[in-house]
Amino acid sequence: MKRVQFEHSTIPYMFVAPQILIIAVFFLWPAGQAVYQSFLLEDAFGLSSRFVWFKNYTDTIWSPSWLQAAWFTMIFSTLVTFLSLGLALLLAVKANQVIHAARTYKTTLMWAYAIAPPVAGLMGNLMFHPLIGDLYKFLNAIGWNFDHKLDSFDAGFVVVLISVWKQTSVNFIFFLSGLQGIPKSVIEAATLDCRNATRRFWSITFPLLAPTTFFLMVTNITYAFFETFGIIDTTTRGAPGGATTTLVFKVFQDGFRGADLGGSSAQSVVLMIIVLTLTVIQFRFIERKVHY
Amino acid sequence: MKKIDWNLVSTHTILIIGVIFMSLPVWVAFATSTHAPETILRDGLQFWPGGHFFKTYNEVLFVEGGVMKKVTAMAMLKNSLILGIGFAIGKVIISMLAAYAIVFFRFRLALPLFWIIFMTLLLPLEVRIIPSYEVMAGLNLLDTHTGLILPLIASATGTFFFRQFFMSIPDELLEAARLDGATPWRFFVDILVPLSKTMIAAILIIMFVVGWNQYLWPLIMTTKEENYTLVIGIKQIYQVLADGGQLPQYQKAFALTILATLPPVLVVLVFQNWFVKGLVESEK
Repeated sequence: MKRVQFEHSTIPYMFVAPQILIIAVFFLWPAGQAVYQSFLLEDAFGLSSRFVWFKNYTDTIWSPSWLQAAWFTMIFSTLVTFLSLGLALLLAVKANQVIHAARTYKTTLMWAYAIAPPVAGLMGNLMFHPLIGDLYKFLNAIGWNFDHKLDSFDAGFVVVLISVWKQTSVNFIFFLSGLQGIPKSVIEAATLDCRNATRRFWSITFPLLAPTTFFLMVTNITYAFFETFGIIDTTTRGAPGGATTTLVFKVFQDGFRGADLGGSSAQSVVLMIIVLTLTVIQFRFIERKVHY
Repeated sequence: MKKIDWNLVSTHTILIIGVIFMSLPVWVAFATSTHAPETILRDGLQFWPGGHFFKTYNEVLFVEGGVMKKVTAMAMLKNSLILGIGFAIGKVIISMLAAYAIVFFRFRLALPLFWIIFMTLLLPLEVRIIPSYEVMAGLNLLDTHTGLILPLIASATGTFFFRQFFMSIPDELLEAARLDGATPWRFFVDILVPLSKTMIAAILIIMFVVGWNQYLWPLIMTTKEENYTLVIGIKQIYQVLADGGQLPQYQKAFALTILATLPPVLVVLVFQNWFVKGLVESEK
C-alpha cells in the first residue's frame, strides 16, 4: 500500500461504487442463487421446491454422464495444455533466434489470438465437413477411417486440434516476451560455458522461463475448462453420445436444454470449487515469486 | 562456396511450418468465400481466390438472412462494434475509478472491497449461467445493449491492471499535488489520467478484442435476431445453410467467419506493440 494517501470519508466509496454495485447484482447474487438452488429440488412444474441437502450433488455428480464429462474434461485439458504449450514454446524459441524476418514471424504467429473460439470452431468444422472439408477427405485418403460424427476418438481429435490451434498464439506471445526478458549477459555467459545448445536450453533458458510456464499452465487449464465452450458448441456439441462434452458444456446443456435447475446448479458449484483451486494455486505461486 | 548453416535452415523451416499451421485455415476460409457455391460443392475447399468476392460479400453484408430473414451481417457488425467498444470503454472507466479509490485513499472498507472485486475471478460466467440469466430477465435487460455490456465490465482484470500501475506511481506526486491543494477529482483528471495514457490504450485494445469475441453471454442474452453479434450470428446462419433444402451456401458461411475475424485481427495488427504490452502486463 502507498504511504501517502487521501483521507476522505465519502469520495473513495463513490469511486468504487459502480464496480461493487455491478458485482453485487451480476456476480454475487447469481452465484449465491446457484449455491442456494443446488440444495433445492423443484417439482415437475417448477411451482414448488424443497430443501434436499446434497441430493442434487449425489444424483448429478455420480451419474455416468457427469463422470464421463469430468473424465473427458481432464484428458482434454491435459492434452490441450501440453500440446499448445509445447508448440508455442518451440515456435517462441525459434522466433527468438532469428534475426531475418523476426517481426514478420512474430506477427504472423500471434495474430490468431484475435479470433474468437467459436469462429475458430466454425472454421475447423468446415475444414472437417464430410462434403467439402479437405482435412476430412485427406484423413480418409491416408487410410484413417475418419468420422467425427460417429467416432468418439475422431471427435475428440477435432476439438483438441482446434483448441490447440486457437491457444497457441497467446502462449507464443507470453513465451516470446519471457524469452526476451532473459538478460543477454546470462545467455552469453551460458554460451561460453556450454557449447551444446540443447543442453543450454534445458539447463538455463527453460528454468528461467519457469514462472511464465507455470502461469501459462494455469491459464491454459482455465481456457480448456471454460473458454473452449465456444469451440465445442460450434463443432461436435458434445457428440457422439456425450464423448466430447466438457463440464461447462454440460452445465449449459442441462440448465438450458434439460431445465434441470438443481442439478445444473450443483454442477456450477463444483465448477466454482475447481476455479477456486486453480486461482489459489496461481496466487500462492505469484506470492512466492514476489518474495523471491 | 558458402557453407550452408543447417541450424538456421531448420529454424526457419520450423517457423514457416508454424506460420502455415496458424494462417492457412484462415486463408483457405477467405479463398473459399470468394467462390461460387457450385464450385465449392464440386471441388471442395479453395486455396486461391475466385471471382465471387463482391457477390458473396455484398449478399452477406446487405441481404437479409437468418432464420427469421431479419438480419444482415452489417447489422451484426454494428452490434459487435457496440459490444467491443462499449465493453472496452466501460471496463477502463469502471476499473480506473475503483483502482484509484483502492490505491490512493485511506478508508475503512478498502480491503474488504478489494476482496469483493477479487472474488469476480472465482465466479466466471460459466459457473453462474442460469441465475445470471434469471437476473437479466428479472431486470428486463434481455436483448438490450446495457444488459449485454454491464455485467461483463465488472470483472477484476482491469482493476488489477490499473492498481498495479498506480502502485508504481511515486508518492511524491500525490504529496506535491496535495500541497498545491488539488482535490481528489483534480488529481485524478489532471495528473493520473494523462499519466496512464499508454496503459489506457493498451487495455482498450485488449478489451476490444475480448469484448468482440464474447460468446456465451450474448448467446444467453439475445433472443432476437436483430441483436445478434457476428460471433453468435454466424453459427445460426451456418445451421440454416447446412440444414436448408437448397444448395448449401458454404461461401457465405466462410465469408461470415472472415467478417467476424477481420476487425479484431486488424486492431491487433495495427496496434501490435500496445496489444502485446497490454496482454502481458494485464495478466501479471
